[in-house]
Parts: sequence; C-alpha cells; structure tokens
Amino acid sequence: MLDTRENADPMTKITYIDASGASRTVEAQDGSTVMETALRNSVPGIEAECGGACACATCHVYVADEWSATVGKASQMEEDMLDFAADVRPTSRLSCQIKVTPALDGLVVSTPDKQG
Amino acid sequence: MSDVIKTDAVIIGAGPVGMFAVFELGLLDIKAHLIDILPKIGGQCAELYPEKPIYDIPGYPIVTGQGLVDALEKQIHPFDPTFHLNEMVESLEVLGTPEHPLFRIATDAGTTFEAKVVLIAAGGGSFQPKRPPTPGVEAYEGKSVFYSVRKMEHFRGRRVLIAGGGDSALDWVLNLHPVASRVTLVHRRDEFRAAPHSVNAMRTLVAENKMDLAIAQLTGLKGNDGQLSAVSVRGADQVNFDIECDDLLAFYGLTMKLGPVANWGLNLHENLVPVDTARFETSTPGIFAVGDIITYPGKLKLILSGFHEAALAAQRAHHYVYPDKKLLFQYTTSSTNLQRKLGVS
Ligand SMILES: Cc1cc2nc3c(=O)[nH]c(=O)nc-3n(C[C@H](O)[C@H](O)[C@H](O)COP(=O)(O)OP(=O)(O)OC[C@H]3O[C@@H](n4cnc5c(N)ncnc54)[C@H](O)[C@@H]3O)c2cc1C
Ligand code: FES
Repeated sequence: MLDTRENADPMTKITYIDASGASRTVEAQDGSTVMETALRNSVPGIEAECGGACACATCHVYVADEWSATVGKASQMEEDMLDFAADVRPTSRLSCQIKVTPALDGLVVSTPDKQG
Repeated sequence: MSDVIKTDAVIIGAGPVGMFAVFELGLLDIKAHLIDILPKIGGQCAELYPEKPIYDIPGYPIVTGQGLVDALEKQIHPFDPTFHLNEMVESLEVLGTPEHPLFRIATDAGTTFEAKVVLIAAGGGSFQPKRPPTPGVEAYEGKSVFYSVRKMEHFRGRRVLIAGGGDSALDWVLNLHPVASRVTLVHRRDEFRAAPHSVNAMRTLVAENKMDLAIAQLTGLKGNDGQLSAVSVRGADQVNFDIECDDLLAFYGLTMKLGPVANWGLNLHENLVPVDTARFETSTPGIFAVGDIITYPGKLKLILSGFHEAALAAQRAHHYVYPDKKLLFQYTTSSTNLQRKLGVS
C-alpha cells in the first residue's frame, strides 16, 4: 500500500485540555496560530483580547512537557507579556505566538484556570 | 479644580475615532475637549499595537498604530482640542431638555465640564489595571491593595510589597523605598522589562540590604477587613511561602473594561451602545456614540467605520450646538470657509 497519509490527512491536529481536564482535538491550518485555531473551533479557555498582537496575555497555554522542546521557547517580547499572565510555569507560552507547522501534528496544550 | 469647563462638545475617549471626531466637529465650528484615562492619546492603536502595521486605512497602504495616531494628532491640530489625560469620566448627567441638551460630565480627578453635546468614543471600554490573580483581592482594593499611587504619604512607615517587572513597578520601588519602612519587589523571573538604570538602582539597593527582591508569583492574600497582613507567593522552585506586608502595589498591565459607561442611563446591548445609523445618536438626545463602543446592524469594529460614524455624528451635533444655523455641505478641497478653519487658505 502507498503511504497516502500526506494527502489523506494533510491537517495538523492539536489537542486542547481545559482546566477541568476536558480535551478537544481539532484540525489546524498550517501557518495559522494555536490561538487562532482555538477560536476558530470555539475551544474555550483562550480569550485573546488583543487578537494576537502579543499585547494582552489572555491566550496563555501550557505546552505538554513532551512537546516543549519542539514548540520552543518564548521570545523576549512574549516573556515580557507573560509577566501579565497568572500562574506562569516553565512550559507557559502565549498561543498567539505559536505558529502551526506540520511538525506540531499531535501537539497537546492545556489552558489555565483563568486568563489574564 | 472646582471651576466648570464650559464647551460645545466633550469627547469621552481619545482613541483614533475620538480624535478624528475633533476634526469633523471642528469643521462645523464645534469646539471639543477630549478625556482619556490613559496617560497618552491614541486608544488601542497606541496602547496595544503602536509598532504593528495597519493595512486598511484608506489612502495609507501601510501605517503603524502609533504612526496613525501621530498623523491624526497633526490633522486635528488646527482645531486646538484640549486633552485631559489620566482622567476617567465617571458621571454623565443630563441637565438640559431633549430640544436643548446640556450635560454635566465629571472625572475621577475632579474636573467638571458642561457641554452641549457628548460623543462617547470609549472603544473597548476604559483601560484599567488588571487585578492580580489572587482570589478575594477586591476586598482589599483601595485599603491595602493599590494599582497606582495617588498619595505617597499613605505608604510612610509601612511594609510595601510591589509586584511587577516593568517601569511602573521599578519606579515605585525606587520612589517608595525612602518612605516605606521596607519595600519588597516580587517578580516572576529575574529579568525586568523596566529601564536598565532603574533595574540597576534596584539591584544596588538589594545588595546593600535596603530592600528585598523575591522571584516568585502571587498566589493569595492574607488579612482582615481589607487590611493585608501577608501575601502568599510561590517561588521559582515551586515552594510556597508568605511575605508579611501592610500594602500591596500590583502592576499587572491593563485590560479594557466597559467601566462607568454602563452607569450613564443609556440603553446597552451586550455591553455596546446601540445607535441609529443616520445620526449616531444614542437613546439620549445630544449624546452620540462612535467607534468600537457602538452597535448597529452591520457594524464593523474598524477604524475606517469609526471615522465615517464621527462625520455623521458631527452633522447632527451641529443642530444642537447651533440650533439657528443652517448647515451647508462643503468640501475641504474647495471651500475657502473650511480652509480658513484649517489654517491653509
Ligand atoms: C491588535 C489589534 C489590531 C488591530 N488592527 C486593526 C486594523 O488593522 N484595522 C482596523 O481598522 N482596526 C484594527 N483594530 C481595531 C481598532 O484598533 C479599533 O477599531 C479602534 O481602536 C477603535 O477606536 P475607538 O476610538 O473607537 O476606541 P479605542 O481605540 O478603544 O479608544 C477608546 C479610548 O477610550 C478610553 N475610555 C473608555 N472609557 C473611558 C472613560 N469612562 N473615561 C475616560 N476614558 C475612557 C479608553 O481608555 C481608550 O483609550 C485592531 C485592534 C487590535 C487590538
Ligand atoms: S492574543 Fe493577546 S497576547 Fe496572544
């Protein structure tokens, strides 16, 4: 059999786990952001007051430990904005600053109890 | 500041739409005062995305948020608007009649205005300090938890905990350290956004044991009847501990809240002000609303829509400010009258 995975399933899948533990897996468009994907699919737990300008810290997520290295670290500007988020942890990121790429297929992020 | 400022129009909110309203009102000889809670003009453009490019302002293929604000400031300069910054409009009272409206507007800084028309250009609401993520903080606010310093004397001889890593936090560490009995700065990481010279000054004070620095995040408050006794924090090593203090000054940035607009007796629909699209007037004659704060069928929260709304509101406002004058439609290109007002003829 030919491996048709590329064609059959070209989308990147992202799983969001909310503070109560409920999990939702949605398909993400490469090139969009983890924040936009959540909003487009009505995933709760992400507010994104500033619409992705890295100016509000209300799109805070915790990247699952095993994904942390692949996703990478926050930029300086993002770290500065994370100062305004609650309960920041080592794997905290602002989801508007994570661009979706095929390398993130299967990504798992959790949303905090409270944004902003 | 007990004197009442009498003017034709008061514009609540100095975002891009409130600013452009000065222009449209000015062409019709209506003088305006603008009030904003922020220390600067420009609303969201200046506060949230000063460096980001905007691509959909007609005639500007690309302009940054701050670039647009600067251009608007220049454009409205001929009309000599008065800006009242760092002031939040708290109350808006109707003094006149629907035919001859008159309003009293008062700010939290004690400034009072009497205006014939009011334009609400409050956008996403007033920018207000974010609360720290500690449950029950409301009970302490104004008593021992503050988001700005109004009176330094309050802190004399007290143990003050300051939370944050930006200029406000560091500036108050440096200003209050001679006044307070002890200052402790709490920040989630050992890196600061504040200007390097204030960070260095803070580090020197810490090295000389004149203040304390804790790398930690706030988790809870302890105290009674609004008076703090300690703040609970979690250190970078995930260990929880308490820091004893009398006051907390927290700097967690700004968020937009509808704020006092809700108390002005206007009809509201999902925190927005419904208007009619011929005049952009609210349910109260003489009170207009423009920009992101309004709703009507087809409303788009775009700057260009706000500009259009301001132009139409100004036409109707003229009717109240100059009830006996007929309004002539004129172009800035060809009307010598308008050009005189703009100072270009
Ligand atoms: C990241 C981002 C990108 C954007 N990009 C675009 C774009 O490309 N194109 C576009 O057209 N639009 C864009 N927008 C939207 C645009 O910025 C808004 O439509 C615009 O700022 C609305 O202007 P405004 O004057 O109505 O309100 P605002 O800009 O929100 O200003 C309102 C002002 O009123 C003040 N205020 C409110 N209540 C009070 C009170 N009671 N007392 C005193 N002051 C008060 C506030 O402090 C604020 O400064 C963007 C927005 C964001 C966040
Ligand atoms: S959406 Fe505002 S910082 Fe991400």
